[in-house]
Amino acid sequence: MEFFTVSMLNGISYGLLLFMLSSGLTLIFSMMGVLNFAHASFYMLGAYFAFTTAQLVGYWPALLVAPLLVGVIGAVFEKYALRRVHKFGHVPELLITFGLSFIILEMVQLVWGTSSVDYRVPEALVGPLFTVGGTNFPKYRGFMMLVAMVMLLSIWLLLTRTRIGLVIQAALTHPETVEALGHNVPRVFMLVFGGGCALAGLAGVIGGNFFVTEPGMATLVGSVIFVVVVVGGMGSLVGAFIASLLIGIIQTFAVGVDASLMGAAQTVGLDITPESFGYPLWRLKISQIAPILPYMFLVLMLIFRPKGLLGTREG
Amino acid sequence: MTHYEFKPYNVGRWVVWSLFALILLVAPLVFKSGLSQTMLSQMGIAIIVCLSYNMLLGQGGMLSFGHAVYSGMGSFLAIHTLNLLSKGTLPIPVSLIPIVGGVSASLIAVVFGYVSTKKAGTTFAMITLGIGELIWASSLMFPEFFGGEGGVSGNRVAGPKPLSITFGPQIQLYYLIAVYTFVCTALMFAFTRTPLGRMLNAVRDNPERVEFVGYDTQKVRYLAFIISAFFAGIAGGLGALNFEIVTSEVVSGPRSGAYLLFTFLGGATFFFGPIIGGILMVLAFVLLSELTKAWLLYLGLVFLFMVMYAPGGFASLIMMNLRVAAFGRLRELYVGYLGLAVTAFLVLLGAAGMIEMVYHLKLNAALGPELTFLGVKLNAYSANSWFGCAFIMLTGLGLFELARRHFAHQWGEIQEFIEKEVKRREALA
Repeated sequence: MEFFTVSMLNGISYGLLLFMLSSGLTLIFSMMGVLNFAHASFYMLGAYFAFTTAQLVGYWPALLVAPLLVGVIGAVFEKYALRRVHKFGHVPELLITFGLSFIILEMVQLVWGTSSVDYRVPEALVGPLFTVGGTNFPKYRGFMMLVAMVMLLSIWLLLTRTRIGLVIQAALTHPETVEALGHNVPRVFMLVFGGGCALAGLAGVIGGNFFVTEPGMATLVGSVIFVVVVVGGMGSLVGAFIASLLIGIIQTFAVGVDASLMGAAQTVGLDITPESFGYPLWRLKISQIAPILPYMFLVLMLIFRPKGLLGTREG
Repeated sequence: MTHYEFKPYNVGRWVVWSLFALILLVAPLVFKSGLSQTMLSQMGIAIIVCLSYNMLLGQGGMLSFGHAVYSGMGSFLAIHTLNLLSKGTLPIPVSLIPIVGGVSASLIAVVFGYVSTKKAGTTFAMITLGIGELIWASSLMFPEFFGGEGGVSGNRVAGPKPLSITFGPQIQLYYLIAVYTFVCTALMFAFTRTPLGRMLNAVRDNPERVEFVGYDTQKVRYLAFIISAFFAGIAGGLGALNFEIVTSEVVSGPRSGAYLLFTFLGGATFFFGPIIGGILMVLAFVLLSELTKAWLLYLGLVFLFMVMYAPGGFASLIMMNLRVAAFGRLRELYVGYLGLAVTAFLVLLGAAGMIEMVYHLKLNAALGPELTFLGVKLNAYSANSWFGCAFIMLTGLGLFELARRHFAHQWGEIQEFIEKEVKRREALA
């Protein structure tokens, strides 16, 4: 029971972090049809900016400053690079963000070096929030969950209850009409792209000190958030929410389970020895295959329901 | 089908292919050093794999992020075959090992391709990314097959030795690779002329219409995917012979990314584009990475500018100039090109100087602030060096903009002329 509760809580908090990352990606994709390959790079930038800002003025201002900076960089990139290739179609758009991910990685290594930086959880959030059985639940995980929930709520409110949200939603389906009504659609796109990047930056601020802030962090989460977006259904914010929780929970549970197919076979009376056919497969523990679970999930999803959990449009 | 085309001798094509064969034949005689021989071998391999990638990207409009799965699995199966051969359990010659790689890669594509090619566009890109990550992540899980961190090594001097060809010396292997490169290039070019290759272009351009005509777009993509994997596997098998070791890096995501990047840089819109891409890939990975630590940054920047300003890659730049030349107006442009080249060189010089200084400060700080950049001594701590580099870069930038405006004007005029000329000739014909 204790294992279950702790894993569940950890899974949910990891899932919420994944949601913070994928919400920006989903927003950009549903608005502009651009699958931003550099999204995880913006997450990394957020973490590094927060590290530097936290050293200068402390953690709390960094929580605001770092995402803003990342958002500005995203907006500038949209205006001067992405917008120019829009006329060539979707593949060059994807490619240019792919190129950007290279450049950001190199820049980060240039400025902050190739090893990890000492970006720490602030003093006020160190320590346990409560204990389950004998296991502590850290305050910081609680904080992560709180920020993610606040973010989800505010995006939802922004998109559905405000004027700018209406314009954004309308610009998605009827750009000409929105333009005719006097709204600057390219600027709306720029703001959305910047906003999406800022969300990734916020996730970086929160996730950077919880995990490790190092140049490999972008590739580490990069493909997982694509899995989230695809599984949730491209462009569906709620779908991304459900998918991130699912993947977060599945992965957290898998890491803690030591069972293997061999064990299962032995309980039903089959004897598996190193000489048996496919022994490496039998021997694998679930905790060992945890890293590939999201991708298996993705592949299965695309086979059986290509539009994702809550997707509306097909690929 | 009532219309048949008959061309007894396509002279241009014969000339081009003979030249290609001649270059493959003569190259190692011109570049004799050990380094250039290994580089030439790698170029042959890269050409095959980039061409096979372009079968998806350029011909079929399928952006794959997992092409390394097929070339890499080809490599692994080839090296395991080679080891069986060394033990004497398999009676096939070493020169056929790449075919084993190709066949095994296409068998893998039969399985994975069925899943990936169900959809086109973004979904296709995502699922290939997923499968790529899946294979890479599992490569450390099955050390029996993938050899764990150390990889699987083999020895290519094995089996029967007809005509005393052992494949021990690099030059012998180079000629094997050259033969494979020529044959594969010819086959892939032939593929573009088959009904399936043509249909693949149609599936890229207008899938709905293809469905209406009665073809199954999914099946066309699937078949092309398998064929492309076959050639990727051949390249992988050649790679296994060339390096005699295969590590899990060959199936990695970055490797797939490199194939994508260089195929695009070479030019996905023309058949010969990926050949340029393959050559560039080896040059970048072997020479550029030796020359500067910041090579990935330069590569990323070149890629970014290429996507923005020349989405057809180097091949399209060449073809545009050939068109101008065909209308006899290339000569007027040389002053413009010279101006662009000189000013761009200035910008690059200044920027590269600064980039190198930053890299030096970050990575070689222990060696002191001094570094030599293109024979010039720079001091990363002195304002003089920084000011000098910045000055060169900004001056270059200003002049470049002037040259660019002039050139753009001239270029536009020539293009207009060509359009008019084309219309005039059409009217005459």
